[in-house]
Amino acid sequence: MTASVLPPAIVLILGGLVLPMLPVRLRGFAILALPLATLLLVWQVPDGVALRAPFLGYELTLVKGDALSRLFATVFAIMAFAGGLFALNQNRVVELAAALCYAGSAIGVVFAGDLISLFIFWELMAIASTLVVWSAGPSARGAGLRYAAIHLLGGVLLMAGIAGEVASTGSLAIGKLELDSLSRGLILAGFLINAGAWPISSWLPDAYPESSWSGMVFLSAFTTKAAVYVLLRCFPGTELLIYVGLFMVFYGIVYAILENDMRRILAYSIVNQVGFMVTGIGIGTELALNGAAAHAFTHIIYKALLLMSAGSVLYMTGKRKCTELGGLFRTMPLTTICGIVGALSISSFPLTSGFVSKSMISDAAGIQRLEMVWYLLAAASAGVFLHAGIKFPWFVFFQKDSGLRPADPPWNMRAAMVLCAALCIGIGVLPGPLYAILPYPVAYVPYTAGHVVFYLQLLLFSGLAFFLMLGWLKRTMTITLDVDWLYRRLGLALARNLNQTAETAWIGVTNSAGRFARGVSSGVRRYHGTDGVLARAWPTGAMAFWMTIMLAAYLILSYLRS
Amino acid sequence: MNDHSDHDHWLTRASTIRRLWIGSIVVLAATVLMDLAIDHHPHFGLDGTFGFGAWFGFAACVAMIVFAKALGAILKRPDTYYDS
Repeated sequence: MTASVLPPAIVLILGGLVLPMLPVRLRGFAILALPLATLLLVWQVPDGVALRAPFLGYELTLVKGDALSRLFATVFAIMAFAGGLFALNQNRVVELAAALCYAGSAIGVVFAGDLISLFIFWELMAIASTLVVWSAGPSARGAGLRYAAIHLLGGVLLMAGIAGEVASTGSLAIGKLELDSLSRGLILAGFLINAGAWPISSWLPDAYPESSWSGMVFLSAFTTKAAVYVLLRCFPGTELLIYVGLFMVFYGIVYAILENDMRRILAYSIVNQVGFMVTGIGIGTELALNGAAAHAFTHIIYKALLLMSAGSVLYMTGKRKCTELGGLFRTMPLTTICGIVGALSISSFPLTSGFVSKSMISDAAGIQRLEMVWYLLAAASAGVFLHAGIKFPWFVFFQKDSGLRPADPPWNMRAAMVLCAALCIGIGVLPGPLYAILPYPVAYVPYTAGHVVFYLQLLLFSGLAFFLMLGWLKRTMTITLDVDWLYRRLGLALARNLNQTAETAWIGVTNSAGRFARGVSSGVRRYHGTDGVLARAWPTGAMAFWMTIMLAAYLILSYLRS
Repeated sequence: MNDHSDHDHWLTRASTIRRLWIGSIVVLAATVLMDLAIDHHPHFGLDGTFGFGAWFGFAACVAMIVFAKALGAILKRPDTYYDS
């Protein structure tokens, strides 16, 4: 074992395991201190291999650093801190413990230097995140089970792909993979399931909104963005990803437009935002990859902010449907303002963090002369403002007066929202520090007059479209069927049907087998039973009679012959 | 927006909302007119047209809302659908 550094992942994972055993007073301290200690360790990781360990005959690289790893680990650690601050008053300790392990495993993924280490942390992440979903209580049980099943499926695909890769190349190294073999296709499929790529995307809007008011803040940050990291690492410039990403972008918008549950709107918008990143990875130039990485960084923070404001509303009112909410700006001013900052950031409004990251991706498409991709990304940017930028704050905080008069949430939740809002605006105004830690050198200037005016036109006119078509966007008490219908309804119906058919067939088989057996046994009994012809005790008289007949016949025959 | 607007929050008063609409329209017009003053660097052809961001953003949103509405007509179910 060669070590020049303490693995940052281990602090949060062990911390999470120990947390439930700590006295209650120490827990709050640990939840805040562990992520900060991790952040410090993340920046101690040097470039190159920092920790090796032997495992089952392989030499694993548990920690390997470079700019891309540090970028993701940094935002994961920041998010563990901000989420922990927001969740300080969460009294379900299982959720907090699982959330720390979850953040730690995500950091483990981004520092993993070989495919086996990556897989181990990948699966730890799946287990810990399932526990985060489940800790919301009995209502989350079904969704959590479906979530776990999908992620285990993803894990199986990934493991099969890794095994194939090792068998054919003999290498465990994580690096750029050409999509030229089945095993690499399986690895990509495993990654894309975690990224929420269609058609296996509905686990995300199915499970995340069932978690607790604080749980979804953690869930939104790690799984999908760890998937973006591995895609950036292994499949940059894979053209297929452009189309996968664009589909995710529009799928997210259309389903979010139709959705009534405020946190499910934000769940669909995670798929939408990850779609932008996946498209950038597919474009594959340095600008596009920087854009995808930067967008993952900013997205984690503004999506957490949006979910914190939604979580605050859920915490204070117990309600989550747009049809039951509205008018909360009166008594929740801070939550409203923070929600709006998050909404503007996700919409890439100038002076917010989304603007300095997302515009890199669409500019990369323009520079590469990918005309259709550029126009679709522009349309999608308008669509983001529509489905998340205005829709979320409008229906939750304004719209109608729901009569609800909840106050802003407790201090720690307010502090976490203010922290994230400050980061959103800070990065938007001064993008320099973020650009400095991106994987490739940045010579990008987001704030040109043409750029700013273009985005303002795009966003403000999509706002106009929203208010002019408000009648069409009126919320109803409905859900929209998604791919998960296949396993939640069709699969169930088929299984029941199959069960019934099999049962009927079985009854038929057993009945006819019974009839046959009864037929055989009654036949046997008829001839061989106690009164059967072949088993009957014959009286002596009958024998004498037949003897007489035979002798008589013999006598007659002998007369006839002579 | 609100029936008892006189004694409710100032933001919900009809006069405020009218002012907000007027202010928004002025801002919208201003962003389009700024196209006269600044030099865009279009990547392709269409994106260099006057007020491209404005008309494209508006049209894209209308198209997405109409598409979503049509999809919803087929795929919408009561939100208790999976509970039964």
